Amino acid sequence: MSSILVQVIVGGLLLGAVYALFSSGLTLIWGMMNIINFAHGDFVMLGMYVAFVIWTLFGAGPIVGAPVAVLVLATLGIIVYFGLIRSIMKGPMLAQILGTFGLALLLRYAVFWWFGANFLSLPENIVGGTYDVFGIRIQASRLLAGVVALIVTGGLHVLLTRTTLGSKMLAVAEDSAAAQLMGIRPDSMQAIAWAIAAGVTGIAGALIATFFYIVPTVGETLGIVAFVTVSLGGFGSVPGALVAGLLIGVIESLSAYWIGAVYKDIVVYSLFLCFLWFRPQGLMGKA
Amino acid sequence: MRFKRVLRLLCAASMSVALVGAASAQDKTVKIGAVFPLSGNAASAGIHAKFAIETALDIINNPHPEFGNFPLANNAGLAGLGGAKVEVVFADNQGSPATGQNQALRLITEEKVVALTGSYQSGITLTASAIAEKYGIPFVNGESVAANLTERGFKWFFRVTPVATDFARIYFDFLKEMKAAGVKTDNVALVHDNTEYGTSVASVITSVFKENGQSIALDIPYAVNATDVQSQILQLKEKQPDVVIMIAYASDAILYQKTMQSLDYKPPMMIADDSGFSDPSFIKAVGKISQGVFNRSSWNVGPAGSPTAIIADMYKKRSGDEMDDTAGRQMQAFFVLCEAIDRAGSTDPAKIQAALKATDLKPDQLMMGYKGVKFDDKGQNILASGLIIQLQDGENYVAVWPKANAEKDPVLPYKGW
Repeated sequence: MSSILVQVIVGGLLLGAVYALFSSGLTLIWGMMNIINFAHGDFVMLGMYVAFVIWTLFGAGPIVGAPVAVLVLATLGIIVYFGLIRSIMKGPMLAQILGTFGLALLLRYAVFWWFGANFLSLPENIVGGTYDVFGIRIQASRLLAGVVALIVTGGLHVLLTRTTLGSKMLAVAEDSAAAQLMGIRPDSMQAIAWAIAAGVTGIAGALIATFFYIVPTVGETLGIVAFVTVSLGGFGSVPGALVAGLLIGVIESLSAYWIGAVYKDIVVYSLFLCFLWFRPQGLMGKA
Repeated sequence: MRFKRVLRLLCAASMSVALVGAASAQDKTVKIGAVFPLSGNAASAGIHAKFAIETALDIINNPHPEFGNFPLANNAGLAGLGGAKVEVVFADNQGSPATGQNQALRLITEEKVVALTGSYQSGITLTASAIAEKYGIPFVNGESVAANLTERGFKWFFRVTPVATDFARIYFDFLKEMKAAGVKTDNVALVHDNTEYGTSVASVITSVFKENGQSIALDIPYAVNATDVQSQILQLKEKQPDVVIMIAYASDAILYQKTMQSLDYKPPMMIADDSGFSDPSFIKAVGKISQGVFNRSSWNVGPAGSPTAIIADMYKKRSGDEMDDTAGRQMQAFFVLCEAIDRAGSTDPAKIQAALKATDLKPDQLMMGYKGVKFDDKGQNILASGLIIQLQDGENYVAVWPKANAEKDPVLPYKGW
């Protein structure tokens, strides 16, 4: 295998890890309350701007930026839950879709108004440059995002399957009324779910900002991939999103390299549709 | 029943168009519509276009004797219409050809503008100008370079900017001269997005080079607003071209530069086709890792006290950014349009059209470095021209070719970071 091909695959894996990290918050919200958060991409965008502001104000990298982004986004998640989601969940499906979509536009244009339309960027070496491993270039910032994606996925999985809090959250997701009879408060569980999902999104944003440009519409550019990742992985399955993200990353990179960059989306989306034809619940989703 | 309703709508539409002409002639303002990407991924470009046009409005609507003989600057408003003020209604094309078209329609039928300008992206200029053509409203474009815009037999479309063919020739001549100086330029690679702009500029460059006996060694198209460009860079890294020509909007341009650094790829020579690489936020975001990239431009600040220097100053005060080639070309087109309206002495679209056709501006009446402004039958400015600039220090582009206009010598190879 030529070294270029190895580089293509490594690049694809790192890209896929980012997709997975990007998507984990989205899949969590779906798993918890059967709501698709169309504002998800814009949550990531906010995380990116938090990282940028932290860097401009204090000159600090994602080590400070990411935790702050978690706090800011988690708070926002709770506010969004009590201010919007709780009421629209009672409405028809369409209200839920349009509600989060409206939230997306609100966030996007608020940032647009405050920061302007300029493309922003963090300095290239904010996470320690690029490693050269036997001629294969591995960008530290992408590697960090990849490692964090693994940790976050593992963490969320453990939280949901091995802890009391996770069991309570899943109980609410399964049957809110029954959970209530068992003494679990669905409201607080769902607010916690939103806080965790939004917080994870904040980490994703802060890390993606270290190697991607920052602009109010960036959530739109990256958002479509998130939806594909989540449905390929299986709605609600956090490990599924990781596997799906890596798969999409590698397929994208290889098809761009072999067939041409302009065709890569055709390859990815046709494989995606074929897959859904045979397994509509996704890789690890429940049928 | 259905047919009747359509008929009624059509009647209403045509009446309102007829009324526009009558009503606005008596107004003391001249209303012009401007369709730009004020949101979406090209919003940075659109908002700078808005600043450019607002600067032009300041110059036109207020007395500016410091400009000397520069058209429309000396007195307040348009002298040809008794000092009428120019008003611009901005509309957001959101980066979508369909939206651009709807906005053009709205500006014409509801805002009753007498002329249009815009729309940055060639693909949107294409759709928006089709509406202007249908309604018989002049559309003056300053920045869209796709060749086919002036190949549609339109009577109401005028383009002030040099086009892809002009630039392709400039690139070819520049590379030829570099080759004579001992630089390797035989192996040229094109990287371009799949929009109207990217594909048409790429195909024009390919055919101009072919006419001159040089084939393009590698052509890499990609889908606009990419999330990742590693594979494209790796393809380049593998094929080792002597020259890479990049045709990309700002979001992709930034991603390319970041990825080139992370994969440690530097072509010996890199030429960027304006747009993304001229965006002020591009230079701020990745200028420092793009040192030595060549670009095309028709804008030059000029000596202190000259109209161009004053314009650059006014623009910077308003926008907070340096004047760039794209904003300059937009502003120039707006001046050309207003000069024609002034000369027509009327807001009747047909008279403006006639005045545009008779436009004959000399270099000293322009802010851009064109040889003049004169439209051919297709509406293309035949005197448009440009030069090659280079981002030598990663902060400001300087003119490097042709020698007559050069501030500095071109520096090779591409330095990057």
